[in-house]
Amino acid sequence: MSDVGADLKRYLRSPMMPTVWCPGCGHGNIARAIATALDRLAIDLGQVVILGGIGCSGRTPFYFNTNAMHTTHGRVLAFATGLKLANPRLTLIVAMGDGDALAIGAGHFVHAARRNIDLTVILYNNSIYGMTGGQQAPTTPFSFRSTTSPFGSIEPTFDAVDLALAAGATYVARTTTFDFAEMPELISEAIRHPGFAMVEILSQCPTYFGRLNKLGDAPDMLEYERDHTVVADEEPNQAVEITRQDLVGNLPVGVFRREIRPEYVQQYAELSRGRGGNYGA
Amino acid sequence: MRLVQGNEAVVWGALASGCNFYAGYPITPATEIMEYMARLLPGRGGVFIQMEDELAALGAVIGAAWGGMRGMTATSGPGFSLMQEHIGYAAMSQTPCVVVDSQRVGPSTGQPTMPAQGDVMQARWGSHGDRPALVVTASSVKEVYDTTRLSFEWAYAYRVPVIILLDAVLSHMRENIELPVLPASAELASPSGDPELPFGSHPFMPFSAATRTIVSGLAHDESGATRGSGIGTANEQILKGAIRQIENDAPRLARCRADRLEDAEWAIVSYGITARTARSAVDLLRADGVRVGLLELHTLWPFPEQIVQALAQRVRGMLMAELNLGQLVLSLRAAAQGMCPVSGLGRADGELFTPEAIAAAMSAEIRQIEVGGRMSHHV
Repeated sequence: MSDVGADLKRYLRSPMMPTVWCPGCGHGNIARAIATALDRLAIDLGQVVILGGIGCSGRTPFYFNTNAMHTTHGRVLAFATGLKLANPRLTLIVAMGDGDALAIGAGHFVHAARRNIDLTVILYNNSIYGMTGGQQAPTTPFSFRSTTSPFGSIEPTFDAVDLALAAGATYVARTTTFDFAEMPELISEAIRHPGFAMVEILSQCPTYFGRLNKLGDAPDMLEYERDHTVVADEEPNQAVEITRQDLVGNLPVGVFRREIRPEYVQQYAELSRGRGGNYGA
Repeated sequence: MRLVQGNEAVVWGALASGCNFYAGYPITPATEIMEYMARLLPGRGGVFIQMEDELAALGAVIGAAWGGMRGMTATSGPGFSLMQEHIGYAAMSQTPCVVVDSQRVGPSTGQPTMPAQGDVMQARWGSHGDRPALVVTASSVKEVYDTTRLSFEWAYAYRVPVIILLDAVLSHMRENIELPVLPASAELASPSGDPELPFGSHPFMPFSAATRTIVSGLAHDESGATRGSGIGTANEQILKGAIRQIENDAPRLARCRADRLEDAEWAIVSYGITARTARSAVDLLRADGVRVGLLELHTLWPFPEQIVQALAQRVRGMLMAELNLGQLVLSLRAAAQGMCPVSGLGRADGELFTPEAIAAAMSAEIRQIEVGGRMSHHV
């Protein structure tokens, strides 16, 4: 990457380094992509709040030189909703894990998407619970192992893109940590999008998911991501079909929806003005 | 003067206190608070939002506080149980907010429309770990208004979630009260403090361009840092400081009403809706020549130990009447330190006490103590 390097340090909170993330973990790549996106968008850092839930992804807020909220497991979007409504000028970037967003926090995820409130969810999907040591997640692919599915998972794999689309998210994209150049592009686009935006990023967890499933170390896992995804944009008619199939084989990546629909805070501001209030003025 | 419902009085008290954010989830018997807020807040430039559950409701209130708004939520037993996680988060992150729990019979779904006082211990000790607690109650619609005003003041003064305990009867009861004229919209003082020290004994500072605060439920020090070998000690100091501050101010925080206690030999202690019944029980007993009075507690936590101790030194016995199977009587007995006998009268069947039932329980205790006293005299 040509635009990464010393300049990105100003986006990071250096006293909090090094991160808690294991060597080879993809989450650092994602954090770097977020910093790159902030740099490209040239947003005033004083107007950015980075939020997270609980888990490896949830540590993201600690590493940025912005105001930050590290909240409770799965429920970060509730905090984000209150924060955005209280101060609509803020740009909110919400880091969620796959267990965080799709298991304990699935209820909050669908309603934030349904309201189309203007914030950006970066869904770090490493297919496993990393912080607690490698337990099965809703995203653990069928037949794959974890410490709580030691004989292979017998549960269908949950697709975050399907869920986001069904719930009414207006910007939905998926990429992988292998797609190093695409990550900041999609994140920038998601931040600029005026509504609920989700970018799911497949991230490698060599420590648990990789080791338990004999997928090799981080470079091997990045190649695995490359070899097990198809670009949905090139095959737009197949995309939805493919997501419902075995996710291990052919996971589509790309942008699945760009739609402008009334945004929640704007809707509320109109309601308030209609009642003689000055909300958002 | 106009007829105001208990739940409505919460709303007027909150708006008069500058509350401009409400997030909630419908639940009997607290729902009217949310319905009034839904009607009033948009026109006042405030925010109302119905969330997907009670965890989300309190989460949104906490987020709004850091966004610079003054927030509250209201619920009842099942929702209050769900909120415990975020009551702990609010305590840990020192986020000012107000939570109303209109109590109904529990556990679980219980009797949704019937009054109870079974959440007094959960209001103090709910959520894992140790935390400072400010819990208040009321026994009339006017007091609901006053208590709500006080709760917002205390939430910001002490940076804690203040819990207001009502019950199904008080929430739905209507009484004539004088409501002050509300200012058109809330004028909130802009916060000031050191952006480098957002926690501990320092004032609450919402996010701004000047701050780089990390709000977290993890153990942290006054700067918000969550790392380092001394972090456990630093976090314990913040919690101890917050708990001590409330303990030190306990005499000021201990709101209560003494009714005919000047010459009393016996005392009934009660709170909330039950205190109204207890007042009538005192009338009945006084008519029979019994020198009894009532200590009505408005602040439940911190428990008014000094007031109770002073009373225990000069009466011959106390009775706690409450709508649960024996909760606050434990604290009353502990505070009385054996200086006088303390008995409890409780029920959790969804009915209020009659004045006769409380009077009878007080009389029974008096008989037992007097017989016991005579017997010990004979021995």
